[in-house]
Amino acid sequence: MSAVPETLKFANDHGLHTDDHGGGHHDEHQDTGGNTLFGFWLYLMTDCILFASVFATYAVLYMNTDGGVSGKDIFDLNFVLVETAALLVSSITYGFALLCAHKQQKAGTLLWLLVTMALGCVFIAMEVYEFHHLIVEGNGPDGSAFLSSFFALVGMHGLHVTAGLIWMLVMVLEVLKRGLGAQTVTRLGCLSLFWHFLDIVWVCVFSVVYLLGAM
Amino acid sequence: MSLLGNLTLDAVPYHEPIIMVTLAVIGVIGLAIVGLITKYQKWGVLWHNWLTSVDHKRLGIMYIILALVMLIRGFSDAIMMRTQLAMATNGAAGYLPPEHYDQIFTAHGIIMIIFMAMPFMIGLMNIVLPLQIGARDVAFPFMNNLSFWLAAAGAVLINISLGLGEFAKTGWLAYPPLSEMSFSPGVGVDYYIWALQISGIGTLLTGVNFLATVFKMRAPGMKLMQMPIFTWACTWANILIVASFPILTAVLGLLTLDRYLDFHFFTNDGGGNAMMYINLFWAWGHPEVYILVLPAFGIFSEVISTFTGKRLFGYTSMVWASGAISILGFVVWLHHFFTMGSSADVNAFFGVMTMIIAIPTGVKLFNWLFTMYRGRLRITVPVLWTLGFMVTFSIGGMTGVLLAVPGADYVLHNSLFLVAHFHNTIIGGAVFGYMAGFAFWFPKATGFHLNERLGKYSFWCWQIGFYVAFMPLYVLGFLGMTRRLNHTNNPDWNIWLYIAALGAVIIFVGIVLQFVQLYVSIRDRKQNPDVDGDPWNGHTLEWSTASPPQFYNFAVLPKVHDIDAFTDMKEKGIEYQAPDEYMPIHMPRNTAAGMQIAGAAGIVGFALIWHIWWLAIVGSLGMVVALIARCYAKDVDYYVEPQEVAEIERAHLASVATVKEEAL
Amino acid sequence: MLIRKLGYSALTASILLLSGCEGGVLDPKGQVGIDEKYLIVVATVLMLLVVIPVIGMTLYFAWRYREGREHEIYDPKWAHSTKIEVVVWLIPIVIIAILGTLTWYSTQELDPYKPLDHEHEPITIQVVSLNWKWLFIYPEQGIATVNEVVFPKDVPVEFKITSDTTMNSFFIPQLGSQIYSMAGMTTRLNLIANEAGEFDGISANYSGAGFTGMKFKAIAKDSEQDFEKWVSAVKHSPATLNDDSYAQLAKHSENNPVSYYGSVDSQMFQHVVMQFMGNMKQQDMHGEHQEHSAQMHMQAED
Repeated sequence: MSAVPETLKFANDHGLHTDDHGGGHHDEHQDTGGNTLFGFWLYLMTDCILFASVFATYAVLYMNTDGGVSGKDIFDLNFVLVETAALLVSSITYGFALLCAHKQQKAGTLLWLLVTMALGCVFIAMEVYEFHHLIVEGNGPDGSAFLSSFFALVGMHGLHVTAGLIWMLVMVLEVLKRGLGAQTVTRLGCLSLFWHFLDIVWVCVFSVVYLLGAM
Repeated sequence: MSLLGNLTLDAVPYHEPIIMVTLAVIGVIGLAIVGLITKYQKWGVLWHNWLTSVDHKRLGIMYIILALVMLIRGFSDAIMMRTQLAMATNGAAGYLPPEHYDQIFTAHGIIMIIFMAMPFMIGLMNIVLPLQIGARDVAFPFMNNLSFWLAAAGAVLINISLGLGEFAKTGWLAYPPLSEMSFSPGVGVDYYIWALQISGIGTLLTGVNFLATVFKMRAPGMKLMQMPIFTWACTWANILIVASFPILTAVLGLLTLDRYLDFHFFTNDGGGNAMMYINLFWAWGHPEVYILVLPAFGIFSEVISTFTGKRLFGYTSMVWASGAISILGFVVWLHHFFTMGSSADVNAFFGVMTMIIAIPTGVKLFNWLFTMYRGRLRITVPVLWTLGFMVTFSIGGMTGVLLAVPGADYVLHNSLFLVAHFHNTIIGGAVFGYMAGFAFWFPKATGFHLNERLGKYSFWCWQIGFYVAFMPLYVLGFLGMTRRLNHTNNPDWNIWLYIAALGAVIIFVGIVLQFVQLYVSIRDRKQNPDVDGDPWNGHTLEWSTASPPQFYNFAVLPKVHDIDAFTDMKEKGIEYQAPDEYMPIHMPRNTAAGMQIAGAAGIVGFALIWHIWWLAIVGSLGMVVALIARCYAKDVDYYVEPQEVAEIERAHLASVATVKEEAL
Repeated sequence: MLIRKLGYSALTASILLLSGCEGGVLDPKGQVGIDEKYLIVVATVLMLLVVIPVIGMTLYFAWRYREGREHEIYDPKWAHSTKIEVVVWLIPIVIIAILGTLTWYSTQELDPYKPLDHEHEPITIQVVSLNWKWLFIYPEQGIATVNEVVFPKDVPVEFKITSDTTMNSFFIPQLGSQIYSMAGMTTRLNLIANEAGEFDGISANYSGAGFTGMKFKAIAKDSEQDFEKWVSAVKHSPATLNDDSYAQLAKHSENNPVSYYGSVDSQMFQHVVMQFMGNMKQQDMHGEHQEHSAQMHMQAED
């Protein structure tokens, strides 16, 4: 038994089996996290269907206000626009972080990750404020089927963003401690997919829930 | 609020003698097993080689053990229902009070589908699929272990409900508003939700894992259209898993919000809409039956082509027929509720779409027939299951198409005709397939043969028992008997209910014989070894390995030129060739992280069922911490040195050579 | 093999036996049920055209090409034949095309919402499923009954169905189609009895603890006079169905006896439906939309 080359570690951390499948001989340096990224793509597809199901529920139930408020009454588009801007910009800043990571610039990566996190926190804070405000006003999720589906859809996205922020925090620590090895860069790549995916979902939420709802 | 939430000693059903006896029996058996393991000092082996294993072959075996244990539980429910209905005729109450009976039919459905059929299917897939594509393991071995433990955690939860609290009294669909807090205030539906949710996430991970495996880990040279047919069938099933299980996750999540936080998705009041649940549930539920049956179809294809000693007829047709079934499987869900009041056009559309599925399925039957044509069929146990399937499934398919005609469904919906139909397809299709696969690959997984004679006895009991148990249900459906009645009062029905109960007893004998077969085969394993690893003259790569395969599967990754890759090697005379030199093999280390994460998930589920909030928080944190710890664990892999590989391979090839000489 | 054949002939025999049996969906007493029985028979025969040969071929091929029959041709590499492939795709396609056409037209014809083609004007009966009993309201006659529904033979009946509890399915097997009852919604079902008689009625969708006892009798009277006579007898019942007595009735109870209400609040059924609808702003959601809202889900799914 011998030590494992450092370049292979990333894959194993994901429980990945790094044996080659392309060449006939044993090439230890071939797999560069391809399986991990592919698997993560597949996971994102499943997440996409999860969101689609809740979107469908929202589409069916948004008229069922049970005599209570509808979207028009509770959505403040200006507020949500700021929220949206924060998240969209955070996608761009994450892009910068990943570019730095690929160039092996540790400081730049960390800086942009922190900026992204800050923007993500702004988004979450604003969402929590919105939810809190609604509940205090008596428009909590138990008010009607419309409110239930609104809270579920937006809240599920918010939970995803929160999970992404925790993941990002862990990555910041990882970059600090371990630098930008191949394993770390692959993980940053997965998180990047996740973060952009949440952005796209938010664009759908924004247009379907807020824009159409406020009209 | 007490420290244990809603959990008190009253949750134990002391007043139910049947349950208390069951619990006692489980306790005694459990203690006996613990005692035996201690006596033979096997705890270390159990822990290091099995429970923490990331080896797909061992996980596969553990999945199948889980499935067999759950088969006993699910079948106990079945035979209780049949005896209850045979006793509770002419208005008699029978021996099961409604509130117990209603839990039993709910548990029977969930256990048989989610905790028997799914683990059985996934177990076979685990053992066989990586071997068939010439891979050393799945794409994510640790995640594979986690999937298993999530399934096990779900199974543990559902069985805890036997002794603590109750299980859902809603039917396995848990349709709201019946499953809402206002009509089901107990913990039963919560057990249902969390057992299903946790194991469902495990299944989802399995789907992702095996798709990545198939697309990324195939042996050099193996094109997609050269994958063995079982692998293809599993691949379609995995695509279905990835596309449909998130819908289950979502719909259970929404029901959870309704029950725990007073949301109004499916409630009668507050503008909720229960039809939404029913639609979403079946958007998962219908693909689910194809997830169960497609791999079984794959098994039949392998069995028939192996035991006729022929290539599979119409490989390409078979692949695309499975694909067509998978895709069509997503546009037929409404046939589960033609009687909801949709317009005629909608019902007709879904009826016709459902029927179209009969086309690719029919093609498959014909292709199996023409595989037998001009072959040399060896009538072994797997072949018997396959032939039994072809006859039984034809009938089940026919009654299915009949139910797809909305006009017929208007009178047959929810009747025992429906119950007979889906048992006809799930037992006659999926379960017969798993049994065939079990007998077929058993020597591969264990290194010794199953007792053929007992296997045949068991098959005949199942086969005859099936007809005796379920044909009367078709009749009862025509007689107007609906499902989920706990007693009857119609003299015309009695005789059929008695016959059905007799059928269940015959199946029971079949199951007992299967366990006897297992016992006898293990006892006599030294007499029936599978030395060269190719007991049936197989076509595909799994038969090129030792039985059981080495932990690294293939010392050298095989090069593939043909669908029947191993047959191709045998024809070229290169099947047992040692390479010039061996390379180091990179292997993942076993880990307890899967158990930790899934265990924490199980604790979270239990805590939420009983509203023990602090425990739910602790469990959730435990999950996150265990996951992060796993990501930063060092020493998760190692290399097998070439010398070690060479020694293992030399020994194997030598024993193969001995067998070959003896054969000459 | 022999046993399976026996099993199969037993199945056929039992089907024959069944047609002699009384009760159930193969002994229909109304036009809808008769049409549906006919549909079942035709579809089954069509499918047997494929299924019987497949079963026969399975057994025959397994027997003919079994091991040890060295005189049979053995062709291990034969795995493709365009001719056979075309045939095995075509046969099911043809059968399904025929069945599909039959399905399309029969579904239009047997649509439970479609009023029956009959010279007589239909009578309307409103149905409410409660835990665990059936309430029948006769808006035209101003009476109500529990667990017994009565109408004259040869007169179409339009049932308007809702639920004040969980989902049930309103089903009189010998008259034909069933339909779900759902809270906050009205579903419809058109049936007719061709013969006078007393038929079993059930809930065909599990609804909880008292489900098994949730049965009723459907009685088709010989003539409209007989029906009128029954109506006036019921009108003499002292009980009135108003908000109070309804609230009393709606409480959970099992195995309820038949009971009658001599008079009914005219808006009773509407009240039951509307109680779950809140004060929705979109009035158009009340009528047709709700009845067909299953369709809305489908679009959402796509």
